[in-house]
Amino acid sequence: MDPVSQLISSFKIPIGRWGKTFFDFLTTNFEWFFDSIADGLTVVLDGLVDLLLLVPPVLLVAAIAGLAWYLQKSWKLALAVALGLLFIVNQDLWQETVETLVLVVGAAAASMAIGVPIGIWAAHNERGYRYLQPVLDLMQTMPTFVYLIPVLILFGLGIAPGLIVTVIFAAPAPIRLTHLGITSVPKPMIEAGEAFGATKRQLLWKVELPAALPTIMAGLTQCIMLCLSMVVIAALIGANGLGKPVVRALNSVNIPLGLEAGLAIVVLAIILDRISRIGTGAAK
Amino acid sequence: MSAAVDFKNVDIVFGAARKEALALVDRGATRQEILEKTGAVLGCAGANLTVNEGEISVLMGLSGSGKSTLLRAVNLLNVPARGNVMVKDGDRMIDVAACDAATLRHIRQTRVAMVFQQFGLLPWRTVAENVGFGLELSGVPEAERKARVERQLKLVGLDQWASKYAHELSGGMQQRVGLARAFATEAPILLMDEPFSALDPLIRTKLQDELLQLQAELKKTIIFVSHDLEEALKIGSHITIMEGGRIVQTGAPEDIVLRPANDYVRDFIANVNPLSVLTAWNVMRDRRDLDHGEDGWVWLDRRKTTRFKIDAHGLVAAAERDGKPAFWVSCADVEAQPEETTQVFWANPGTSLKTVMLAMHRSQTAPVALFDDQSRFVGAIGIRDVLSAVLRR
Repeated sequence: MDPVSQLISSFKIPIGRWGKTFFDFLTTNFEWFFDSIADGLTVVLDGLVDLLLLVPPVLLVAAIAGLAWYLQKSWKLALAVALGLLFIVNQDLWQETVETLVLVVGAAAASMAIGVPIGIWAAHNERGYRYLQPVLDLMQTMPTFVYLIPVLILFGLGIAPGLIVTVIFAAPAPIRLTHLGITSVPKPMIEAGEAFGATKRQLLWKVELPAALPTIMAGLTQCIMLCLSMVVIAALIGANGLGKPVVRALNSVNIPLGLEAGLAIVVLAIILDRISRIGTGAAK
Repeated sequence: MSAAVDFKNVDIVFGAARKEALALVDRGATRQEILEKTGAVLGCAGANLTVNEGEISVLMGLSGSGKSTLLRAVNLLNVPARGNVMVKDGDRMIDVAACDAATLRHIRQTRVAMVFQQFGLLPWRTVAENVGFGLELSGVPEAERKARVERQLKLVGLDQWASKYAHELSGGMQQRVGLARAFATEAPILLMDEPFSALDPLIRTKLQDELLQLQAELKKTIIFVSHDLEEALKIGSHITIMEGGRIVQTGAPEDIVLRPANDYVRDFIANVNPLSVLTAWNVMRDRRDLDHGEDGWVWLDRRKTTRFKIDAHGLVAAAERDGKPAFWVSCADVEAQPEETTQVFWANPGTSLKTVMLAMHRSQTAPVALFDDQSRFVGAIGIRDVLSAVLRR
């Protein structure tokens, strides 16, 4: 090594150690807090999984196909959804699919619940959005494995940390798209609202949100897809679901198992994508 | 007549360096100079204008002249940097530039309604829901809202379209929805920001006519922004011409056409057909300026072809044309009269110049006399008066 590089690296900034100190501090002082979150989430999510598994698979398949028809008014789509889910039942991956479904829907719901209000706030606060943007970039580009470790330490193994890493990864999508949707509401519409004496709240509910709805819904679809892409990683920290057989197949070089589970994830992804395209007319 | 909207020394500046820009405004700098020196854009400067109740006041100018900017100060879509914008609310005048948020909302919900160039309709709402938008914002109960919306839709002839979505309608129909939405709040003051500019010419003319018809009935105070002088002359009771953010001239349509204040206004009116605005009153020579002969005879024209004998009450007692007795007839039904050289037409001050010219044509270029409502002789129009008015010389 040349002397300059040596000089530069001789005083290594101890970022890693600072981080560890920080997480140590959190675990020793706030363990009760993180544990109660983890316990609460686990009870709710596992309870939901158990409840859905009580329903005979065929009935649940019919219910989901019915939902697809209700949301998109398309018999073809409902039929395709039913066939896809029956394929999964046929592959004997139903329990894993329900677990994944609960995780994905739960994480997507949490991401939207966090992301849409933040997106609305950011749209009305351009300065705030400038500071928020690097945080969103960090959430999306920081390799997931890096924050798996602290999440694991704070929340333990299981479905709760799986949900949390998924939300960290997926929430930027609804934030960005809600921001985009609201900032691109045509100015004449906003002015029409103001000219007729709308309050800030009326402007939001009667003009901005309806106008931004298609973009926000695109955010929902994207968010669900991002959640689904985290299924395998969530499996690494003990969340049940379709990720589990994939990880097992990888560890034991089991091609048939990997293929079956992989295909089930693809089927689920397509179904969720088509069902969640609400109001965009893409499914017609 | 009382003022409905009163602009007092209104300056509007866009951009950060407002103080510096205003200092330049006070020194009479042009918009270009202000932009170069401070980076701020001058919207309008020193605007003083009173709009009386029941009149249609048109703000005119090229794009960027500040006409929309000034209009939008009335409901504070643009905030004046200085000055007052007084808006009538019942029997008070409220300065919208200085009032609190609740008062401003009250003004916007019940006093001032607006029609936009790009319509500003909400595409996810039906026509009826769009028309009821303002009422919904001010919390009018649903039953009353429905009744008022229905009435407005009938007024603009769209009652068959109530449940359609705005984007399913043609441009002209969409702007009718915009009009109905503005009428629905029953606000006495209406701001119209180039409402018909986005429409094709035929529809535009039709909507102008409809607006005039509605106005005859509703008697709103309308401030109308336009870049089209024909439109301004057609609908405006007053016209204000703006250039570079400043008001250049304010007056009745014929004032603008006959007495343009400067070259900018002159350029503006260069292509206007004067026949569409001028009346007999604008071109006549007053009886005191005519050549008086003996015995109360008055020559109507410079060539001395035609003369009237006026009695003590100002009424016409006898007429003579080319030395022969003639009779005088109203030019109201000029089309019905046979072409004769022994008749002299008379008009009222409000008769259009076009009719006067037709009368001259029918009577082999005889001058046209002007009578007031009591049939008293007030003046005459000779062919030269007509030519100089039309050619603006």
